[in-house]
Amino acid sequence: MTFGVLVFPGSNCDHDAYHVTRHVLGQDTRFIWHKEERLGDVDVVIVPGGFSYGDYLRAGAIARFSPIMNDVVRFANEGGLVVGICNGFQVLCESGLLPGALLRNASLRFICKPVYLRTEQTDTPFTNALRPGQVIQVPIAHGEGNYYASEEVLDDLEANGQVVFRYSTADGAVTPEANPNGSARNIAGIVNARRNVLGMMPHPERCAEAILGSEDGLLIFRSLVNHVLGAAV
Amino acid sequence: MFKAHVAVTLRPSILDPQGKAIQHALHNLGATAIERVRVGKYIELWVEEDDEAAAEAIVREACEKLLANPVMEDFTIELERVEGEPA
Repeated sequence: MTFGVLVFPGSNCDHDAYHVTRHVLGQDTRFIWHKEERLGDVDVVIVPGGFSYGDYLRAGAIARFSPIMNDVVRFANEGGLVVGICNGFQVLCESGLLPGALLRNASLRFICKPVYLRTEQTDTPFTNALRPGQVIQVPIAHGEGNYYASEEVLDDLEANGQVVFRYSTADGAVTPEANPNGSARNIAGIVNARRNVLGMMPHPERCAEAILGSEDGLLIFRSLVNHVLGAAV
Repeated sequence: MFKAHVAVTLRPSILDPQGKAIQHALHNLGATAIERVRVGKYIELWVEEDDEAAAEAIVREACEKLLANPVMEDFTIELERVEGEPA
Protein backbone atom coordinates (compact mmCIF):
# COMPACT_ATOMS: atom_id res chain seq x y z
CA MET A 1 0.00 0.00 0.00
CA THR A 2 1.06 3.60 -0.44
CA PHE A 3 1.07 6.45 2.03
CA GLY A 4 1.31 10.04 0.82
CA VAL A 5 2.69 12.62 3.24
CA LEU A 6 1.86 16.24 2.40
CA VAL A 7 4.61 18.81 2.74
CA PHE A 8 3.79 22.48 3.31
CA PRO A 9 6.29 25.25 3.92
CA GLY A 10 6.72 24.90 7.68
CA SER A 11 5.76 21.24 8.00
CA ASN A 12 8.18 19.62 10.45
CA CYS A 13 6.70 16.22 11.27
CA ASP A 14 6.56 15.07 7.65
CA HIS A 15 9.80 13.12 7.88
CA ASP A 16 8.75 11.49 11.15
CA ALA A 17 5.54 10.24 9.55
CA TYR A 18 7.46 9.09 6.46
CA HIS A 19 9.93 7.22 8.65
CA VAL A 20 7.15 5.33 10.45
CA THR A 21 5.22 4.21 7.40
CA ARG A 22 8.24 3.59 5.17
CA HIS A 23 10.88 2.22 7.52
CA VAL A 24 9.01 0.91 10.54
CA LEU A 25 6.04 -0.56 8.67
CA GLY A 26 7.80 -1.12 5.33
CA GLN A 27 5.06 0.43 3.19
CA ASP A 28 5.56 2.55 0.10
CA THR A 29 5.50 6.19 1.10
CA ARG A 30 6.07 9.38 -0.78
CA PHE A 31 6.12 13.05 -0.04
CA ILE A 32 3.61 15.25 -1.85
CA TRP A 33 4.58 18.90 -2.18
CA HIS A 34 1.72 21.29 -1.44
CA LYS A 35 1.91 22.89 -4.89
CA GLU A 36 1.09 19.64 -6.64
CA GLU A 37 -2.49 19.43 -7.85
CA ARG A 38 -3.01 15.66 -7.78
CA LEU A 39 -2.31 13.19 -4.99
CA GLY A 40 -1.69 10.40 -7.45
CA ASP A 41 -2.12 6.79 -6.51
CA VAL A 42 -2.14 6.70 -2.71
CA ASP A 43 -4.21 4.76 -0.18
CA VAL A 44 -3.72 7.10 2.75
CA VAL A 45 -2.94 10.82 2.94
CA ILE A 46 -1.13 12.09 6.02
CA VAL A 47 -1.39 15.82 6.75
CA PRO A 48 1.58 16.20 9.08
CA GLY A 49 2.35 18.38 12.04
CA GLY A 50 4.37 21.55 12.02
CA PHE A 51 3.70 25.21 11.44
CA SER A 52 2.45 25.44 7.87
CA TYR A 53 2.86 29.03 6.66
CA GLY A 54 4.14 29.99 10.10
CA ASP A 55 0.61 29.65 11.54
CA TYR A 56 -0.10 33.05 9.94
CA LEU A 57 -3.67 34.31 10.42
CA ARG A 58 -4.77 31.08 12.15
CA ALA A 59 -3.09 27.70 12.41
CA GLY A 60 -3.93 25.82 9.21
CA ALA A 61 -5.84 28.69 7.63
CA ILE A 62 -3.46 29.35 4.73
CA ALA A 63 -2.43 25.74 4.09
CA ARG A 64 -6.05 24.96 3.43
CA PHE A 65 -5.76 27.00 0.21
CA SER A 66 -2.67 25.19 -1.09
CA PRO A 67 -3.30 23.63 -4.52
CA ILE A 68 -3.04 20.06 -3.21
CA MET A 69 -5.86 20.59 -0.70
CA ASN A 70 -8.50 20.60 -3.45
CA ASP A 71 -7.46 17.07 -4.31
CA VAL A 72 -7.33 16.06 -0.64
CA VAL A 73 -10.95 17.21 -0.27
CA ARG A 74 -11.92 15.28 -3.42
CA PHE A 75 -10.05 12.20 -2.15
CA ALA A 76 -11.76 12.39 1.25
CA ASN A 77 -15.18 12.92 -0.30
CA GLU A 78 -14.63 9.78 -2.38
CA GLY A 79 -13.91 7.83 0.81
CA GLY A 80 -10.10 8.04 0.75
CA LEU A 81 -8.33 7.76 4.09
CA VAL A 82 -6.92 11.00 5.50
CA VAL A 83 -5.04 11.47 8.78
CA GLY A 84 -4.33 14.95 10.13
CA ILE A 85 -1.88 15.15 13.00
CA CYS A 86 -1.50 18.31 15.10
CA ASN A 87 -1.17 21.09 12.50
CA GLY A 88 -2.71 18.58 10.09
CA PHE A 89 -5.80 18.38 12.33
CA GLN A 90 -5.98 22.18 12.26
CA VAL A 91 -5.73 22.15 8.46
CA LEU A 92 -8.53 19.55 8.18
CA CYS A 93 -10.80 21.65 10.43
CA GLU A 94 -10.04 24.79 8.44
CA SER A 95 -10.77 22.97 5.18
CA GLY A 96 -14.14 21.76 6.44
CA LEU A 97 -13.27 18.05 6.33
CA LEU A 98 -13.71 17.89 10.11
CA PRO A 99 -16.07 19.95 12.30
CA GLY A 100 -14.93 22.42 14.93
CA ALA A 101 -11.75 24.41 15.44
CA LEU A 102 -8.59 24.38 17.54
CA LEU A 103 -8.27 27.38 19.85
CA ARG A 104 -5.35 28.69 21.85
CA ASN A 105 -4.54 26.37 24.77
CA ALA A 106 -6.47 27.44 27.85
CA SER A 107 -3.16 27.90 29.69
CA LEU A 108 -1.84 30.11 26.84
CA ARG A 109 1.31 27.97 26.94
CA PHE A 110 2.84 25.85 24.24
CA ILE A 111 2.66 22.35 25.75
CA CYS A 112 5.16 19.64 24.87
CA LYS A 113 4.76 16.48 26.94
CA PRO A 114 3.49 12.90 26.84
CA VAL A 115 -0.20 12.52 27.62
CA TYR A 116 -2.55 9.57 28.01
CA LEU A 117 -5.35 8.97 25.56
CA ARG A 118 -8.33 6.72 26.08
CA THR A 119 -9.50 4.93 22.94
CA GLU A 120 -13.20 5.63 22.48
CA GLN A 121 -13.81 3.99 19.11
CA THR A 122 -12.16 0.95 17.58
CA ASP A 123 -14.39 0.49 14.54
CA THR A 124 -12.46 2.97 12.42
CA PRO A 125 -9.69 2.45 9.85
CA PHE A 126 -7.38 4.25 12.29
CA THR A 127 -8.03 2.34 15.50
CA ASN A 128 -8.85 -1.27 14.57
CA ALA A 129 -5.58 -2.44 16.20
CA LEU A 130 -6.61 -0.95 19.54
CA ARG A 131 -8.93 -2.35 22.20
CA PRO A 132 -12.00 -0.41 23.36
CA GLY A 133 -10.96 1.77 26.27
CA GLN A 134 -7.27 1.06 25.70
CA VAL A 135 -5.08 3.80 27.14
CA ILE A 136 -2.07 4.82 25.05
CA GLN A 137 0.66 7.31 25.81
CA VAL A 138 1.38 9.78 23.01
CA PRO A 139 3.16 13.14 23.09
CA ILE A 140 1.51 16.46 22.38
CA ALA A 141 3.36 19.57 21.17
CA HIS A 142 1.08 22.47 20.40
CA GLY A 143 0.00 25.96 21.33
CA GLU A 144 -3.43 25.74 19.72
CA GLY A 145 -4.94 22.37 20.54
CA ASN A 146 -8.00 23.39 22.49
CA TYR A 147 -10.75 21.63 20.57
CA TYR A 148 -13.89 23.70 20.26
CA ALA A 149 -17.24 23.10 18.62
CA SER A 150 -20.76 24.21 19.45
CA GLU A 151 -22.70 22.08 21.94
CA GLU A 152 -24.92 20.78 19.11
CA VAL A 153 -21.90 19.69 17.08
CA LEU A 154 -20.33 18.06 20.16
CA ASP A 155 -23.57 16.19 20.87
CA ASP A 156 -23.63 15.00 17.25
CA LEU A 157 -20.03 13.82 17.48
CA GLU A 158 -20.85 11.83 20.62
CA ALA A 159 -24.09 10.40 19.22
CA ASN A 160 -22.35 9.24 16.03
CA GLY A 161 -19.35 7.79 17.83
CA GLN A 162 -16.97 10.25 16.18
CA VAL A 163 -14.89 11.02 19.26
CA VAL A 164 -11.99 8.60 18.84
CA PHE A 165 -9.56 9.68 21.56
CA ARG A 166 -9.98 11.59 24.82
CA TYR A 167 -7.30 12.91 27.14
CA SER A 168 -7.37 10.72 30.24
CA THR A 169 -5.37 9.59 33.25
CA ALA A 170 -3.06 6.55 32.97
CA ASP A 171 -5.93 4.33 34.07
CA GLY A 172 -8.38 5.80 31.59
CA ALA A 173 -10.32 8.26 33.75
CA VAL A 174 -11.43 11.30 31.74
CA THR A 175 -10.93 14.14 34.21
CA PRO A 176 -10.38 17.91 33.99
CA GLU A 177 -6.86 17.38 35.37
CA ALA A 178 -6.03 15.04 32.48
CA ASN A 179 -7.08 17.66 29.93
CA PRO A 180 -3.88 19.48 28.93
CA ASN A 181 -5.31 22.27 26.80
CA GLY A 182 -8.94 22.91 27.71
CA SER A 183 -10.43 20.84 24.89
CA ALA A 184 -14.20 20.44 24.96
CA ARG A 185 -15.10 17.11 26.58
CA ASN A 186 -11.39 16.18 26.70
CA ILE A 187 -11.46 15.54 22.95
CA ALA A 188 -8.04 14.70 21.50
CA GLY A 189 -9.11 13.17 18.19
CA ILE A 190 -12.22 12.85 16.04
CA VAL A 191 -13.32 11.27 12.78
CA ASN A 192 -15.80 12.63 10.25
CA ALA A 193 -19.26 11.10 9.99
CA ARG A 194 -18.12 8.77 7.20
CA ARG A 195 -15.19 7.63 9.40
CA ASN A 196 -12.53 7.99 6.71
CA VAL A 197 -10.93 11.21 8.00
CA LEU A 198 -9.14 11.34 11.38
CA GLY A 199 -7.80 14.44 13.09
CA MET A 200 -5.82 14.30 16.31
CA MET A 201 -3.61 16.73 18.18
CA PRO A 202 -1.22 14.16 19.75
CA HIS A 203 1.69 12.85 17.66
CA PRO A 204 1.56 9.06 17.12
CA GLU A 205 4.47 9.30 14.65
CA ARG A 206 6.72 10.40 17.54
CA CYS A 207 6.14 7.22 19.55
CA ALA A 208 6.17 4.38 17.06
CA GLU A 209 9.44 2.66 18.01
CA ALA A 210 10.63 1.16 21.28
CA ILE A 211 13.87 3.13 21.06
CA LEU A 212 11.79 6.31 21.36
CA GLY A 213 10.26 5.11 24.62
CA SER A 214 6.87 4.00 23.31
CA GLU A 215 5.39 2.08 20.41
CA ASP A 216 1.82 3.07 21.21
CA GLY A 217 1.57 5.41 18.25
CA LEU A 218 2.38 2.59 15.85
CA LEU A 219 -1.04 1.07 16.57
CA ILE A 220 -2.68 3.86 14.58
CA PHE A 221 -0.47 3.36 11.51
CA ARG A 222 -0.80 -0.42 11.86
CA SER A 223 -4.59 -0.03 11.92
CA LEU A 224 -4.40 1.69 8.55
CA VAL A 225 -2.31 -1.11 7.10
CA ASN A 226 -4.76 -3.67 8.52
CA HIS A 227 -7.63 -1.78 6.98
CA VAL A 228 -6.12 -1.39 3.52
CA LEU A 229 -4.40 -4.77 3.20
CA GLY A 230 -7.15 -6.60 5.06
CA ALA A 231 -4.85 -8.61 7.27
CA ALA A 232 -2.87 -8.30 10.47
CA VAL A 233 0.70 -7.24 9.73
CA MET B 1 -10.28 52.74 -4.14
CA PHE B 2 -11.51 51.74 -0.72
CA LYS B 3 -9.59 50.94 2.40
CA ALA B 4 -11.36 48.30 4.48
CA HIS B 5 -10.84 48.11 8.21
CA VAL B 6 -11.66 44.55 9.27
CA ALA B 7 -11.91 43.55 12.92
CA VAL B 8 -11.95 39.84 13.68
CA THR B 9 -13.03 38.96 17.19
CA LEU B 10 -13.64 35.75 19.08
CA ARG B 11 -17.33 34.92 19.30
CA PRO B 12 -18.82 35.84 22.68
CA SER B 13 -19.22 32.20 23.69
CA ILE B 14 -15.48 31.51 23.27
CA LEU B 15 -13.20 31.91 26.25
CA ASP B 16 -10.31 34.28 25.63
CA PRO B 17 -7.46 33.39 28.01
CA GLN B 18 -5.25 36.02 26.38
CA GLY B 19 -7.80 38.73 27.19
CA LYS B 20 -8.03 37.40 30.74
CA ALA B 21 -4.24 37.61 31.18
CA ILE B 22 -4.19 41.18 29.82
CA GLN B 23 -7.04 42.19 32.08
CA HIS B 24 -5.09 40.80 35.00
CA ALA B 25 -2.04 42.87 34.05
CA LEU B 26 -4.19 45.98 33.68
CA HIS B 27 -5.55 45.46 37.15
CA ASN B 28 -2.00 45.16 38.44
CA LEU B 29 -1.36 48.56 36.80
CA GLY B 30 -4.24 49.96 38.79
CA ALA B 31 -6.76 50.08 35.94
CA THR B 32 -9.33 48.21 37.98
CA ALA B 33 -12.25 49.85 36.17
CA ILE B 34 -11.50 47.71 33.13
CA GLU B 35 -13.83 44.82 33.67
CA ARG B 36 -13.35 42.78 30.56
CA VAL B 37 -10.73 42.43 27.80
CA ARG B 38 -11.17 40.55 24.55
CA VAL B 39 -8.33 40.27 22.04
CA GLY B 40 -8.92 40.12 18.31
CA LYS B 41 -7.23 40.95 15.03
CA TYR B 42 -7.32 44.10 12.97
CA ILE B 43 -6.70 43.74 9.23
CA GLU B 44 -6.44 46.48 6.58
CA LEU B 45 -7.32 45.75 2.98
CA TRP B 46 -7.06 48.10 0.00
CA VAL B 47 -9.66 47.31 -2.63
CA GLU B 48 -9.45 48.60 -6.21
CA GLU B 49 -13.15 49.22 -6.71
CA ASP B 50 -15.19 52.41 -7.16
CA ASP B 51 -18.55 51.13 -6.00
CA GLU B 52 -18.89 50.89 -2.24
CA ALA B 53 -21.39 48.03 -2.26
CA ALA B 54 -19.16 46.04 -4.61
CA ALA B 55 -16.11 46.71 -2.42
CA GLU B 56 -18.06 45.61 0.64
CA ALA B 57 -19.09 42.37 -1.10
CA ILE B 58 -15.47 41.60 -1.98
CA VAL B 59 -14.29 42.19 1.58
CA ARG B 60 -17.18 40.24 3.07
CA GLU B 61 -16.33 37.23 0.91
CA ALA B 62 -12.66 37.51 1.97
CA CYS B 63 -13.76 37.51 5.61
CA GLU B 64 -16.10 34.57 5.23
CA LYS B 65 -13.67 32.44 3.26
CA LEU B 66 -10.35 33.24 4.90
CA LEU B 67 -9.93 36.13 7.32
CA ALA B 68 -12.34 34.81 9.96
CA ASN B 69 -13.23 31.26 10.95
CA PRO B 70 -16.99 31.32 11.53
CA VAL B 71 -16.73 28.44 14.01
CA MET B 72 -14.99 30.69 16.51
CA GLU B 73 -14.85 34.24 15.16
CA ASP B 74 -17.05 37.18 14.16
CA PHE B 75 -15.99 40.09 11.99
CA THR B 76 -16.92 43.69 11.27
CA ILE B 77 -16.09 45.73 8.18
CA GLU B 78 -15.69 49.50 7.86
CA LEU B 79 -15.00 51.02 4.46
CA GLU B 80 -13.20 54.30 3.83
CA ARG B 81 -12.83 55.85 0.36
CA VAL B 82 -9.14 56.60 -0.28
CA GLU B 83 -7.13 57.99 -3.17
CA GLY B 84 -4.13 56.47 -4.89
CA GLU B 85 -1.78 53.69 -3.99
CA PRO B 86 -1.77 51.84 -0.65
CA ALA B 87 0.52 53.65 1.76
